[in-house]
Amino acid sequence: MTLVPTHSLRRFTSARVALGRAGTSLPTAAHLDFQEAHAAARDAVWSALDPAALGFDAPVVRSEARDRREYLLRPDLGRRLRAEDRARLSRTGGVVVVVADGLCATGVQSQAAALLCALGADWPVVVALQARVALGDDIAHAMGAEAVVVMIGERPGLSAQDSVGLYLTWAPRPGRSDAERNCISNIRPGGLSHADAAAKLHWLLRGARALGASGVALKDDMPAQNRLAP
Amino acid sequence: MAFRQSVAGTQYVFEDLRTLLARATPFRSGDALAGVAAQSGAERVAAQRALADLPLKHFLHEAVIPYEADDVTRLIMDGHDPNAFAPIAHLTVGGFRDWLLAAPPEALPPIRRGITPEMAAAVSKIMRLSDLVTVAAKCRVVTRFRNTIGLPGTLSIRLQPNDPTDDARGVAAAVLDGLLLGAGDAVIGVNPATDNVTQVMTLLTMLDEVRTRFDIPTQSCVLCHVTTALLAMERGAPTDLVFQSIGGTQGVNESFGVTMALLAEAQSAALALQRGTVGQNVMYFETGQGSALSANAHHGVDQQTLEARAYAVARAFDPLLVNSVVGFIGPEYLFDGKQIARAGLEDHFCGKLLGLPMGVDVCYTNHAEADQDDMDALLINLAVAGVTYIMGVPGADDVMLAYQSTSFHDGLTARALLGKTPAPEFAAWLERMGIGEGARIPERMAPALIGLS
Repeated sequence: MTLVPTHSLRRFTSARVALGRAGTSLPTAAHLDFQEAHAAARDAVWSALDPAALGFDAPVVRSEARDRREYLLRPDLGRRLRAEDRARLSRTGGVVVVVADGLCATGVQSQAAALLCALGADWPVVVALQARVALGDDIAHAMGAEAVVVMIGERPGLSAQDSVGLYLTWAPRPGRSDAERNCISNIRPGGLSHADAAAKLHWLLRGARALGASGVALKDDMPAQNRLAP
Repeated sequence: MAFRQSVAGTQYVFEDLRTLLARATPFRSGDALAGVAAQSGAERVAAQRALADLPLKHFLHEAVIPYEADDVTRLIMDGHDPNAFAPIAHLTVGGFRDWLLAAPPEALPPIRRGITPEMAAAVSKIMRLSDLVTVAAKCRVVTRFRNTIGLPGTLSIRLQPNDPTDDARGVAAAVLDGLLLGAGDAVIGVNPATDNVTQVMTLLTMLDEVRTRFDIPTQSCVLCHVTTALLAMERGAPTDLVFQSIGGTQGVNESFGVTMALLAEAQSAALALQRGTVGQNVMYFETGQGSALSANAHHGVDQQTLEARAYAVARAFDPLLVNSVVGFIGPEYLFDGKQIARAGLEDHFCGKLLGLPMGVDVCYTNHAEADQDDMDALLINLAVAGVTYIMGVPGADDVMLAYQSTSFHDGLTARALLGKTPAPEFAAWLERMGIGEGARIPERMAPALIGLS
């Protein structure tokens, strides 16, 4: 029988395949690689979004969570807009984009400007700090928006600490459930490209407008080949 | 009805059953977030003492969420079997704990349908980890589709080959890596990056091709929403198991976009395909403490009691597999390794006691205060407790879901430490294919055979 070394599998995936074995356990090098990646991810959770360095001007608002620890322990506060910030928002209607730090600011910091560009629409943008996805409902409702797109930092993993998600909610208002949203995740270099993410977002938005709803009622059955369109 | 208990000269009053259960729960951040946790250690012990004195019969008369308001409560109450309950009907919660610890294994299956989820949750709250392990180790639940899961002396593994972009070759490479390390007998189950029907069908077709090419006695699943699975089945995708996340209240299930009727429809559709060869358990459910609070549908009930109620939903559909994704939800519900470990053992205990083929995703996220050491401790406890299956993720790092679960290596280690084997049909297949040390790929498993060249 011909035996092929397992490391040939590494060409096909960024997952930790073909690590070898020490008995039934991980070899030392693979074990320490993991520890290093975990340390980087832990540090990324505590990274902060710097609105001044995003490369575009937008109003900055905060949730009711006062700091990172409170944000982690009290997601309810991360979903609520500070009263003084609500008063500062103007009623724009239309689609609103909320650029939010979420659980890791690194990816939003580096990708927000380019991803907004890829979306290619002239939608008003708000930057939100210590924000959960549902904070977008509160913001967009205050702005009288028909839909909100929340561009938010995703929970950092070991391989990627720069993933961004896009959450679409039609007719946003406080109290919308997660089943009423559509999510496009893993947007990052090496993950879903900005062009693919933008194409899908527009496709979902057209569907939501036609249906008058987003979420599980709006089936994502966009044909795969359309994703390659510019 | 209110409950009173004195501890160290202070009298504590608990206004109803759901309050008593919540205050008796070992501390976790999610109950504090919901505002239902005990305010002190003394209050918690007072609640535990009052709970221990409560007759099990009381649970048949007081629901934690009103019958009229919640279809999970209706499922629990209407499905209670008084004959199965008879052997334990005279016991208090404390007496039930003693009874369970002393019972021979064969005494447990006959009472399953007499135990409500709230009774299981209640008794777990006055148990230590070793009690949870001891009783769970006596529970045996066997299910079948293309192999036999849950036999004594076995530990199965879900091969979880997720890819950030659902790239078929990336998934296939992780599948092959896992198979070579003995994983995949519970299911080869991919979480899709998006809920796109076309994408889901592509993955289902690919997984089915790998399975048939290598003639693997196992089942595959793409863990999409149940409505997407229904569409995929309608369009002819090769679907073995139907997956769905579920919770312990009508409200949380609505937030997941599911109803009992929808789950029943999906089960019928999967059964109609008749793809199982040794059995017809076609459902796969995931659960996890905190989901109801996350969906603002918890009714002031503690998260562990609600988790046990999710198992009532699961057992109505004869699943092949059920697992709690215990550490996935995050630190606002389970703050650290200690809270995750206890919750994992509670979930496994309650699921097994209620008769489910219970696995656990031994896992954590990077914003929780936990690390690999915490997971090792939980994994070994669960393996001793006879957990039905665990996850197998390449190097413990899920590159799509961005969390850490157990690796293929962890599965091998747990099996080796405790002398466990995979499901028998799968163990025979591993032998037949010449899969051994895992450093090299046998010819009949050549990557080119599944499009990797």
